[in-house]
Amino acid sequence: MTDILPFLKSMISVSGVSGYETAVAKIIEDKWRPLVDEVSLSRVGSLHGLKRGNSADSSKNSGKKKQPSILIATHMDAIGMMVSKVSDGFLHITAVGGIDVRVLPGAFVTVHASNAEELPGVIAMPSAKLLPESVNGSEVLAIDYLLVDTGLTPREVERKVKVGDLVSFANEPMELADEVISGHTLDNRSSVAALTVCLEELQSKSHVWDVWAVATVQEETSYLGAYTSAFALRPQIAIAVDGTFAKGPGANGWQTHPMGKGVGICMGPNMHPYLHKKLTDLATKLEIPWFLDVTSAHSGTDAYPMQVTAEGIPTALVEFPIRYMHTPVEAVSVKDIRRAGRLLAEFIASLEGDFVDSILWE
Amino acid sequence: MPTFGNAQLKLLERLCNVISISGDEGEVRKIVLEEIKPHVDEVRVDALGNVLATRRGRGAKRMRVMLDAHMDEVGFMLVADDGEGIYRFETVGGIDARHLLGKQVYVSKDSTPGVIGGKPIHLMDSGERTRKVPVDGLRIDLGPSGKAKVGDRAGFATRFRRVGPSILSKSIDDRIGVATLIELVKNQPTNVDLCAAFTVQEEIGLRGARVAAQYFNPDLAIAIDSTPAHDLPVHNGGENMTYNTKLGLGPAIYIADSSTLHDPRLVRFLQGVAESESIPYQLRQPGGGGTDSGAIQRALAGIPTVSVSVPHRYTHSPMSISRVDDWKNTLALLQAALKRMTPELIAKR
Repeated sequence: MTDILPFLKSMISVSGVSGYETAVAKIIEDKWRPLVDEVSLSRVGSLHGLKRGNSADSSKNSGKKKQPSILIATHMDAIGMMVSKVSDGFLHITAVGGIDVRVLPGAFVTVHASNAEELPGVIAMPSAKLLPESVNGSEVLAIDYLLVDTGLTPREVERKVKVGDLVSFANEPMELADEVISGHTLDNRSSVAALTVCLEELQSKSHVWDVWAVATVQEETSYLGAYTSAFALRPQIAIAVDGTFAKGPGANGWQTHPMGKGVGICMGPNMHPYLHKKLTDLATKLEIPWFLDVTSAHSGTDAYPMQVTAEGIPTALVEFPIRYMHTPVEAVSVKDIRRAGRLLAEFIASLEGDFVDSILWE
Repeated sequence: MPTFGNAQLKLLERLCNVISISGDEGEVRKIVLEEIKPHVDEVRVDALGNVLATRRGRGAKRMRVMLDAHMDEVGFMLVADDGEGIYRFETVGGIDARHLLGKQVYVSKDSTPGVIGGKPIHLMDSGERTRKVPVDGLRIDLGPSGKAKVGDRAGFATRFRRVGPSILSKSIDDRIGVATLIELVKNQPTNVDLCAAFTVQEEIGLRGARVAAQYFNPDLAIAIDSTPAHDLPVHNGGENMTYNTKLGLGPAIYIADSSTLHDPRLVRFLQGVAESESIPYQLRQPGGGGTDSGAIQRALAGIPTVSVSVPHRYTHSPMSISRVDDWKNTLALLQAALKRMTPELIAKR
């Protein structure tokens, strides 16, 4: 087992705004290549790593029927912004995904110029006198009134930046106490890290089932990657890995869970109850700390699209708590990432060839 | 003329990257002392923490000229320990709370990393999503076992950067003044006695400057600071009438701010120097704000005072932006002005 932190830090040091995930996909591909048998890209850019089943049981099966497979979906895209207009050397922006406008003023960003140049910038909040009278200049400003300043002259900006160029958070990762990592895009690169821990654990384990490790695109905007990869790969089981809400400043309700104290196993209509039970039983047996998370309707994760793909796929959701979700200082415990990775690997290794037949309702 | 290049920018970078919150200016003081000691005749650190240095000129009829730049910056003080690495804080100096959510900070003399967080957007109702979070609704999070002490200071963790014609930093206000004053001490013309005041606690009420002026009792004083440029486009494309200053137009000479009507003789003198030396300059729009000049002008029996600032955008935020050329021209203007100073300048009203 290698230390997962450097890989995670490298992933959150690049952008990969929804629809433009190539930069991070490359980093993940390099990491996964030695851990899987095949790597490919889906038609819409999701990264597929195939690790074939390797136990005696799987060779016995070969030729008779298709090897059963499990898909683990971790989205690699990030919320971000896009240039909507260039004016007087300043950039107007619009949101890509669920941006929290309250965190934008003063945020350090990268403008991804059309010529592939990366321009540093800062999000500026114009003074009240420059805003319409109808806008309360001392309250939170809508994204339409914010500007990006690159520090370049208007002429240079006009030459380099075009409408549609992406703007991503650019603050560097920060290591806090107690193995907590903070930065932008830990939702959901942390899950990619957990899946990577799983693949590393599987190197020394036998497993009957084929494993599709998938880094999906466009979860934050449309679940495009999860819909399409689940359809293309048609797994017998799918598990989404994503963040849930950690307890912390401003967040103490029933939806929140302690950070660094275990992984979440989610139940609700998006998740198959049998898979949920198998996962919780296994976590309990292995003494992997876990907590029950519930969502009464839509989990807001890749579990939702995968469940309704093709003829329907039994789906589960494994989570870990993230503080300050959708801010540039999201915080995650690396302990929880390792736990999630281990739980996934143990679950995969526990699957017998005929497991799918045992997935029953009553 | 002092040369201007990489060495000056390196010094500014070093000054900008340390944290020096009002009342806790030790990190900048250390750099200032190290830089100026070989060049001055006398230097002392006074009761408030000001660095007060004198470099004497030669010859007769030398004026005592006080140049002032403040060493402190806005930031935070931890005021209560909520447990598990979470701390309440108050702002030190005028910070708009809308600049705080989702920012990285360094806490205490150990530069312990921390973040300012709040409730995630998913858990908010639509009203909360557009409501400002006041400072008492924010916390500094050091991680579950993170340790700091109530009373520790914290500052923005943003790093100094150079981009094209600009510099980006958390503390251009007023490290750019400190760097300017260090350069002037090193390259002082001999016709004046230079009284260099590197002051404390400007951001919380010009406290250092008052006692510095009382100590030096100078003939005249110039506060070297950095002033906001509100030179952004107006929402409807109209003309921006309230820009205060604009980046790229050179040093901003003050005429009037909220606390000071700057000495007209000195204002005219600086304009004249700039024009005869072909140094670009701008007149700061009269209005609010202020510098150490407010305290200096009122000290003792009164001191003729003026302010010169390098303009910056996004004041008291995690990242301000200034133009390198504005700084270079500020330094050139002050250098040329010092050289031309004679007692006649303030002999008559």
